[in-house]
Amino acid sequence: MRKLAAVLLIFAFIPFYSCRDSKEDEQEETGEEFIYEPYEEIEYVKRIFYALPSPVETAFLLKSSGAVYDEELLSKTENSGNYLTTKSKALNLGIYITDLSYVSFFDQTQESIRYMATVRELAESMGVMDAFDNRTVERLEANLNNRDVVMDIISESYMRSSAFLSENRRDAIAAMVFTGGWVEGLYLALNLADTGKNGGNGLVEHIAGQKLSLDLLMRILEENSHNSDVAELLEEMEKIYEVYGQMDAASTDLRLETGEDDKAVIVSDREVSMTQSQLRELKRRINGVRSSFVSY
Amino acid sequence: MRPITTVLFFIITLAVSTGPVNAQCKVFAERICKVELGSYVHDGNYHAAILSEGQEAELYKTFHGGQDYRLAICGDDNLPDIEFRVMDTDRNLLYTNRDDDYNITWDISVESTEQLLISVKVPAGEGNSQGGPESGCVAIMFGFREEE
Repeated sequence: MRKLAAVLLIFAFIPFYSCRDSKEDEQEETGEEFIYEPYEEIEYVKRIFYALPSPVETAFLLKSSGAVYDEELLSKTENSGNYLTTKSKALNLGIYITDLSYVSFFDQTQESIRYMATVRELAESMGVMDAFDNRTVERLEANLNNRDVVMDIISESYMRSSAFLSENRRDAIAAMVFTGGWVEGLYLALNLADTGKNGGNGLVEHIAGQKLSLDLLMRILEENSHNSDVAELLEEMEKIYEVYGQMDAASTDLRLETGEDDKAVIVSDREVSMTQSQLRELKRRINGVRSSFVSY
Repeated sequence: MRPITTVLFFIITLAVSTGPVNAQCKVFAERICKVELGSYVHDGNYHAAILSEGQEAELYKTFHGGQDYRLAICGDDNLPDIEFRVMDTDRNLLYTNRDDDYNITWDISVESTEQLLISVKVPAGEGNSQGGPESGCVAIMFGFREEE
């Protein structure tokens, strides 16, 4: 026991000892009072973030691309209690949050309450407290007829849950939540694009544009692939990445121009196109991946 | 048994003590920075961290064609003005807030879907009273709305 205590004590003091050591050496060499070295010379690790479209942004993009509301496509809320592993809970939390955003953008008030309750239940079972608490649900119920407030409540709750996972170093779980949400967004877009009841071209453009978000998602998954669940997911997502890899997406230089009202506009000559067969293959694969996520 | 209890208590205290510092960033992002998005809808993503003077962070984001976006990049009061640059993925500069009096927000419209890189730097300032670099929360937030 004493040996163990001694080892733990040594490890506990390593960082402090190292710092002291370098400064003492410096003082001995110069023979002067310690002068603080300019901290510009400190080499920091650069923080890198990848911003995926959030469920709220995804629902917004779907609507503005001309999508219609189709309840049949949503993940069934009654299945939420069947997700028992960390991986299935995280993936389906992402899926349900995207569905919650989708129903809310289409002013489906009763569905919003139902999906919020499901999201709350699942988040609580994962220990993500406070993000979707009683107060949030009450606020949502009180503002169901005000879409802007509803979207604000969902985005705030999503931010709290992401912050909770990030601050508690549960990055692998966050990566799985992001994956579930992203896959659900693409699943909705692909299945709405060929119903004949939507804006057609707008949705296809949206689907093609998801190639860039998938690049970011793959990087997030790679960074967390030490986790076996994430490593499995990475393999699943490779199937989607493969289809996007065949897409024609000539990249050109971006320019900043000034639009109406002095607004900054980023302009490029990029042309992204997807063939009908690529769309069909992408839909087949995303349906397969999504089906594996929602099954239990 | 006693020494090990003491040592474990010490280690756990150290580990737990970093928690509230990080939690401050959530509050900072939610209460201070989000306000800067004004009438834009916050996307709900959380990108905030404690950064020190001289430290940099980078963020990659896909901006969707036909949408208006507002970027808000905020730093704690004890930090110098935060500098940010918006670049394409080949690091060609499109905008820097240095040319804009270190404005903390920037509104853009994107013609076609593009991935952009946002590089954020806390410039070296005067440091803290102990002679070390100041540290504080830096949050990067995005709001969107349909193109007007």
